[in-house]
Amino acid sequence: MIPKLQLIDVRKSFGSRVVLDGVSIDVADREVVAFVGASGSGKSTLLRCVNLLEPIDDGQVVVDDVDISVPGLPVDPIRRRIGMVFQSFNLFPHMNVLKNLSLAPRKVLGVSRSEAENTARELLERLGLGDRADAYPDQLSGGQQQRVAIARSLAMSPEILLLDEITSALDPELVGEVLDVVRELKGGGMTMLIVTHEMAFAREIADRVCFLHQGQIAEMAPPDKFFSSPENERTRQFLQRVIESGRF
Amino acid sequence: MTDTVPGPSDRPGTVTSGRRQLTRRQEFERRQRRRSATIAAASTAIVVGALVIFVPLTPGWDKVRKSFFDGELFNDSFPRLLDAFVKNLQIFAWSTPFILLIGMLLAIFRNVRTPALFPLRLFAAAYTDIFRGVPVILTILLIGFGVPGLGLDRPYNSPYLWGSVALVLAYSAYVAEVFRAGIESVHESQRAGARSLGLSSSQTMRHVIVPQAVRRVIPPLMNDMVSLQKDVALVSLIGPIEILRQAGIDKSKFANFTPYVAAAVIFLVLTIPETRFVDWLTARERRRTSGTAVR
Repeated sequence: MIPKLQLIDVRKSFGSRVVLDGVSIDVADREVVAFVGASGSGKSTLLRCVNLLEPIDDGQVVVDDVDISVPGLPVDPIRRRIGMVFQSFNLFPHMNVLKNLSLAPRKVLGVSRSEAENTARELLERLGLGDRADAYPDQLSGGQQQRVAIARSLAMSPEILLLDEITSALDPELVGEVLDVVRELKGGGMTMLIVTHEMAFAREIADRVCFLHQGQIAEMAPPDKFFSSPENERTRQFLQRVIESGRF
Repeated sequence: MTDTVPGPSDRPGTVTSGRRQLTRRQEFERRQRRRSATIAAASTAIVVGALVIFVPLTPGWDKVRKSFFDGELFNDSFPRLLDAFVKNLQIFAWSTPFILLIGMLLAIFRNVRTPALFPLRLFAAAYTDIFRGVPVILTILLIGFGVPGLGLDRPYNSPYLWGSVALVLAYSAYVAEVFRAGIESVHESQRAGARSLGLSSSQTMRHVIVPQAVRRVIPPLMNDMVSLQKDVALVSLIGPIEILRQAGIDKSKFANFTPYVAAAVIFLVLTIPETRFVDWLTARERRRTSGTAVR
């Protein structure tokens, strides 16, 4: 079976600093892969490379057997198929929730206003935000903002969803409501790449966990194996530090 | 526990004064406020008093009072000046939309990243460099005397027209810089958010970046508009009888400077409330942006 997404020897540097040093991975349709690792290990850059927010220096990003990383290829049609949710939400502060959700479907897909808003309302309902359609982002809690941001991505019906540390900017008591949404998405069969510091969550939701170290995949395994008997020395040290810091 | 609700004076650290009950902190702050108000009033009284007493003692005061503060002449020329001021308001009113439109276009041109449109970027940069670098008064003189010198026919040699064009050229360059600062102040993450949804770079600009930029620059923009209102008077140099010109005519007729003072008063009546309003907007914006961090 053809993988939904393939990264083939992806390389990326910022100046002389090598951030991704030959990353290769196949992600199957409906699979959830969690990326963990120390800060600066290249996790976030990896996600940004998948939807071409960062152009890659070398290698290939392949979706449905089509290389989308060919230099010069129009990027907008690709990005609309790959949703991304950011650590800092990146909602549009001058638009209410409904406009945040309906802007891209209307302008990019050419959906009519009423249709886009209907879809948006359904999504908000599903994510428990049915009563916040008219609110502005700064009137919402962090957890609500992040759920709106997820809904905004979903409004484009993406085939792949990239979640970049989506709970890192949240107060601890707000993390749960956002993770619940991700659980629901997994139930619906969404293909997801998740960068996270929530080890318990990675263990629960991921089909595979990837440990990135200095721009390379140091270890990749199903969560049970990854967390209980990691093979790589670096992974063991990383998990040890996480446990000592009380985060797992 | 008793059944009675304890009043504020039952709490430690509370002082009872008069009918109202203030906390120690409120009591202290009230004393501080009274003290500051007293000092401010006293020092103002001393400075104003000194001016009122000592300025009339200067040797030339009598002459200056007669030639700048002649009450009768003030009343005589005031209506004429007010009439002429309508011209200023007209020039201001028809120049402003062009200034805002051209300023915004220049700001967007300067942010264009497409190589094919590089000439636009270059043009916008050169335009703002030139018209920001030349004094407004020179632009007015060069355009106002230069273009009609081409021998154009009647409506097209009007000093009103070319004076306004000169103002539009100069001020659109200032306003372009204000808009550009606004566009650049919108955080990169907004662009990432929009582009990740598949919006093109021009859609991102139009629906996400520019609306936020405009909101942020309204106070500095209004500052520029207040300046423009004053600089309309410079057009008097190339002919139109607006307020400054009218004041000059009256000055020559009566050999007295009072019309200039009257003109200054007319400007102030308009510009002081405007600048206060801008201050208020700026303060509100600051409160809003520093008070809503929900992270």
